Amino acid sequence: MQSTRNTPAAYGYDDLQRLMTLMTGDEKHSTSATSTLDVVWTLYDTVLNVSSEAPDDPERDRFLLSKGHGPMAYYAVLAAKGFIPIEQLSDFGQFNSPLGYHPDANLIPGVEIASGSLGHGLPIATGVASALRLKGQQKPRVFCLIGDAELDEGSNHEAIALAGRLQLENLTAIVIDNRSSTHAWPGGIAARLEVEGWSSATVNGRDHEDIKSGLEQPHPAQPHVVVAQVEEK
Amino acid sequence: MVTASMRDSFISTADQLLSERQDTAVVLADIGVSQFREAGVLDRHPDRILNVGIREQLQVSFAAGLAKEGIRPIVHTYAPFLVERPYEQIKLDFGHQGVTGVFISVGASYDSTVSGRTHQAPEDVALMATLPDWQIHVPGHADEAAQLILSAANSEHSSYVRLSEESNSSGRSVNTGKMSVEKRGSGGAPVVVAVGPKLDPTLEAVANMDVTVLYATTVRPFDTDTLRSVAGQNVVLIEPYLEGTSAQEVSAALSDTPHRLLSIGVQRKELRNYGTIADHNAAHGLDPASLRERITRFIDNGRA
Repeated sequence: MQSTRNTPAAYGYDDLQRLMTLMTGDEKHSTSATSTLDVVWTLYDTVLNVSSEAPDDPERDRFLLSKGHGPMAYYAVLAAKGFIPIEQLSDFGQFNSPLGYHPDANLIPGVEIASGSLGHGLPIATGVASALRLKGQQKPRVFCLIGDAELDEGSNHEAIALAGRLQLENLTAIVIDNRSSTHAWPGGIAARLEVEGWSSATVNGRDHEDIKSGLEQPHPAQPHVVVAQVEEK
Repeated sequence: MVTASMRDSFISTADQLLSERQDTAVVLADIGVSQFREAGVLDRHPDRILNVGIREQLQVSFAAGLAKEGIRPIVHTYAPFLVERPYEQIKLDFGHQGVTGVFISVGASYDSTVSGRTHQAPEDVALMATLPDWQIHVPGHADEAAQLILSAANSEHSSYVRLSEESNSSGRSVNTGKMSVEKRGSGGAPVVVAVGPKLDPTLEAVANMDVTVLYATTVRPFDTDTLRSVAGQNVVLIEPYLEGTSAQEVSAALSDTPHRLLSIGVQRKELRNYGTIADHNAAHGLDPASLRERITRFIDNGRA
């Protein structure tokens, strides 16, 4: 255990903007830079069974950030929860920093996948969820965060179809919907996944109680999607 | 007696692996399902033969997800759909994620001549060779395929095993990663490196010629040491896929010694013909007569 790890309890939601500023130098962040912030915070603060003390615990929940673009919000939450030393944030993007403009699972404890190229996370998540089922692990759940524009990538739809058919109850996708998809059908995300056998919840992506409620909605024998609506990009 | 094909050999070897190792799984995209079913393997291991349907991008990413959880995936489909279509998934979801698996293709180069270009991928080895840390095996016989698949599955590396319809008449005992000396010429004689199923046509082509013939069933990593131990001034490389795929490996191996290299393989051209494998071998200059003519011209200091 590194001595530089901060105490998770010492940081709360109100600290996240300041932690992001350590990376960006910006006092205020645009809504698109923080589109994932409230969902990621809610996941780490109240939903995920993960710990910076044991980031590789086989019984942990798996959180796969597929939308790796603009990871400052993710890094800020990871720092607040003790996975990343605070002092590393200011080296964001430097040659020897583990914190790049897209996260790398091989460099940061607790990060499940390297992301950046869109449309990879959900397909990997179906494999992870299937592997857990194959190994008889009932406890760990798999969460995968994607963007509404990321859903334009066809690879997601290969995964959506399979997850529905395999009834991957241990899989939850969260779609951050800031209406940035080109040629999207308005309001069509939940409907599309429901056709493939998923359960769905549509929540206010800025309301922590609403997000939590959507994430904890029971979905027996079905994968689940939470569409988290935030400000239009 | 009907000789087993490389694909038959794969099915039975996978059956053996699934029985011996609970941490293995076969990931399919429809292709191969009927063969596993007919051999009874699907019934024996219903939970660990996972068919994702005709979704090759997902096939690779799904397998990476299995690997992330400690399951050794054996990913199998037709070469163009295994390597070319989901190439970014292989690069990122295996290499960049830092997990490993075993990829086994059928439909090598122009195995399926009558299917046309959509089912042909002579570029497969060249593409896989751009990725760091992948081992690439090219068996020349069903017996070698079984040895190489077992060796690949039981290693910790990522491996690509290229199975083909073309086969040498007999299999060798494979020392994985090492080339064998199939014919020894006089000191300093030209060296001909034959890869996988190109061994038989090569041996026929160089009959009565004073050359050394090396046989390779693993091309990445390339067996530099064996090549250096026998190499003279002239080297001929005969590969059953895109010509020149391993030329850089030969050049790097011999960078400290003056040498000439002739690279022979499937030519970079859009061949809009069907017919037989023999027809295509002739069209690409890979039949014994064409090989002999090119090798002779090269050794005689011509441009072949």
